[in-house]
Amino acid sequence: MSKQFQFKLVLLGESAVGKSSLVLRFVKDQFDDYRESTIGAAFLTQTVTLDDQTTVKFEIWDTAGQERYKSLAPMYYRNANCAVVVYDITQTASLEKARTWIRELQRQADPSIVIALCGNKTDLAARRQVTEEEAKKYADEEGLMWAETSAKTGEGVSEIFTAIAKKLPLTAPPSARAGGPGRTGPARAGVDLNKQSAAQGQQEACNC
Amino acid sequence: MDEEYDVIVLGTGLTECILSGLLSVEGKKVLHMDRNDYYGGDSASLNLTQLYRKFRPNQAPPTALGRDRDYAVDLVPKFIIASGELTKILVHTDVTRYLEFKQIAGSFVYRDGRISKVPSTEMEAVKSPLMGLFEKRRAKKFFEFLQGWKDEDPTTHQGINLDKDSMKTVYEKFGLEPGTQDFIGHAMALYLDDDYITKPARPAYDRIILYTSSMARYGKSPYIYPLYGLGELPQSFARLSAIYGGTYMLDKQIDAIVTDADGKFVGVTSGGETVKAKQVIGDPSYFGAGKEEEGGKVRVIEEGKVVRAICLLKHPIPGTDDSDSCQIIIPQNQVGRRNDIYIAMVSSTHNVCAKDIFVAIVSTIVETDKPELEIAPGLNLLGPIHEKFVTITPVYTPTSTGTADNIFITRSYDATSHFETVVEDVQDVFKRVTGTDLVLKKREVEVTE
Repeated sequence: MSKQFQFKLVLLGESAVGKSSLVLRFVKDQFDDYRESTIGAAFLTQTVTLDDQTTVKFEIWDTAGQERYKSLAPMYYRNANCAVVVYDITQTASLEKARTWIRELQRQADPSIVIALCGNKTDLAARRQVTEEEAKKYADEEGLMWAETSAKTGEGVSEIFTAIAKKLPLTAPPSARAGGPGRTGPARAGVDLNKQSAAQGQQEACNC
Repeated sequence: MDEEYDVIVLGTGLTECILSGLLSVEGKKVLHMDRNDYYGGDSASLNLTQLYRKFRPNQAPPTALGRDRDYAVDLVPKFIIASGELTKILVHTDVTRYLEFKQIAGSFVYRDGRISKVPSTEMEAVKSPLMGLFEKRRAKKFFEFLQGWKDEDPTTHQGINLDKDSMKTVYEKFGLEPGTQDFIGHAMALYLDDDYITKPARPAYDRIILYTSSMARYGKSPYIYPLYGLGELPQSFARLSAIYGGTYMLDKQIDAIVTDADGKFVGVTSGGETVKAKQVIGDPSYFGAGKEEEGGKVRVIEEGKVVRAICLLKHPIPGTDDSDSCQIIIPQNQVGRRNDIYIAMVSSTHNVCAKDIFVAIVSTIVETDKPELEIAPGLNLLGPIHEKFVTITPVYTPTSTGTADNIFITRSYDATSHFETVVEDVQDVFKRVTGTDLVLKKREVEVTE
C-alpha cells in the first residue's frame, strides 16, 4: 500500500534572494523575471515521489514579507519539519543573513528540524560572490544540507526538495500540526471548523 | 519609509489584526506596527520569559516550571464560542489553515458553595443537580419553548412577544426560580450582571440559542480554543494581512500621531521618521490611554477596570471531574456582587504550558478599591495556587467615531468570556473606516496540488 507523508516546510532568507521564485519553480515549474515582492501566495503544496510506495507532500509556507522588519510570527516556525534557508550567490551579505536565520531556527524551531541551505541564482554565476567551498564548509559545520539552485533555469530545484524529502524521518507520523487542508485525520483530537460549518443543517452532532 | 499608505494600524491585538487582514484583502495598502517585539498586544499569549519580564521584571522564571517555549499564557481569558461570529470570520477568511482547535472540556456554574455542570439541553436539565424535580419540569418547558420558537409561526410564541416582553416576563411565565434564572442568565446567556432582566427578551433569547447551538456542535462545552494559545489568533490574521501585501513592523516605538491644523490625521512618527497614511486604526494605548493629559485632545476614556489573576496550578480545578480545561461562572448573586466572576482554565492539552501545569485565570469587573479581594471567591475554588500574577486593567473606549479626523480607535478587551464583543468592535470600526458594512466573502485561495 502506498503511503503519503505530509510535512511543513518554511522558507527563510533575505528579501529578494528568490524564496518565492524557488517555490514557484518547484510547485508550478514557472518563473517570472519581474516578480513583485510576495503578495497573495497563500498556501502552496507540492508532492515528491520517493518510490512506488512513498510520496512526501510539502505544505510550503512563504514568509509573505514578514521577514523584513523582525516581524515573523512564532506561528511561522511552529511545527515546521523542514526549512529552506536561501541566499543569493551574487550577494555576500545574503549568506550572512542566512546564518542569522539559521541561528533563529535553532533557537525557535523544533530541534529535529531538517535545514537546507540553498544558494540561489546560479544563472548569474558570472557575478558570483559566494564560493561553493565557503557555503559548503559552513553548512557542514552546522550539520545542514546544502545545494545551489537557479529558480530561473530550474537547475537543482527539484533536486533539493527531493533530497529534503529523503532526509525527513518517514518512520514516525508527521507532526500533528503540519496538516493543511487534509488535517483532520482519524488520530486528530481537534475540531475542524470548516468541516463543521459545511455540515451545518444536517443535524450533525445535535444532542438536543 | 517614504511610501504613503492607505491605513496605518497600531498594535497587533486581535481586533487590530482582524481589521488589518480584512482591509488588506479588500486591497488597501496597510502598514501595521507594534511597540512590542511580539504579536498580540493586550491579547497576546506570553512564554515564561515574556511573562516574568512583564510581571516580575527582577525575577527569572523558575526552572521548575519547565521549558520557556512550552508556555503560551493568555493575558486575556476568553474562549471562542463555537457558533459565534469569530468562528464565522475564521472560516470565511480561511485563516483556519494556520490554526488548530480543541474543545474546552466543560462549562460549570457556582451555586450554593459548590460547582455543577451547566445544563444546556432539556436532557441535561433533567439530570442536573441544580434544580429540584418540579423546577426541572418547568425548565424543560422553558427550553422547549425557546428551541421551538419560530418568528413566523405565532403558535410557537405562547403569547410572548420577544421584542416587547421582558426576560422577567418570560421567566415568570414558566415560573422559574431565581436560582434557575441565575444560571440561565449568567451561565448560558453569559450576562455579566442582571440588567438584562428588565429589558426585552430578544437578546437574551439570541444568547441562549447561541449557547445551546454552540454546545450542540461539539458536545462537551460551547467553547473551542486554539492550540498554542489565543495569541495564535492575531498572528494568523497578521499573516493573512501580510499575504495580501500588508507590511509588518514589530518593536517600533510610536513617538507621535501627527495631525494637521484641522486636527485631521496625517501620519505616524516612529524613530524620527513620519510615515503618511489616509487613516489610522489603533488600540487605546497608542492614543493616550493611561497617560497624563498633555494638553492634547482626549481620545479615549476609561469605562471601568477589570481585575485578572493568572494562576499556575499543579492540579486540575477540584470538582470539575479533572477536566483539562473549563469555564466556571460565579453568578454575582451567589457572592453578593453586581458582576459575575469568571474562571477560565486551560492546560498542556492545548499546548499552552508544561505537562502537569494548569493555567487558570480568574477575572471580574472591579467594583471596589480592593480588586484582588473581589476575586477571592474564584481563587478559593482553585485549590493550592503555585504562582499568581494579578493585573488591574482599565477598559478604554474612544471618545469619537473617528470619521471627522480619520483616527479610529478600538476598544480594550472587556470582561466577557468570549470574543463576540471583539467582533462587534471589528464590525463597527470596519464600517467607520470604509463606510460600508463588513460582508464576509469567501476568500479566493490558491491551493495547488
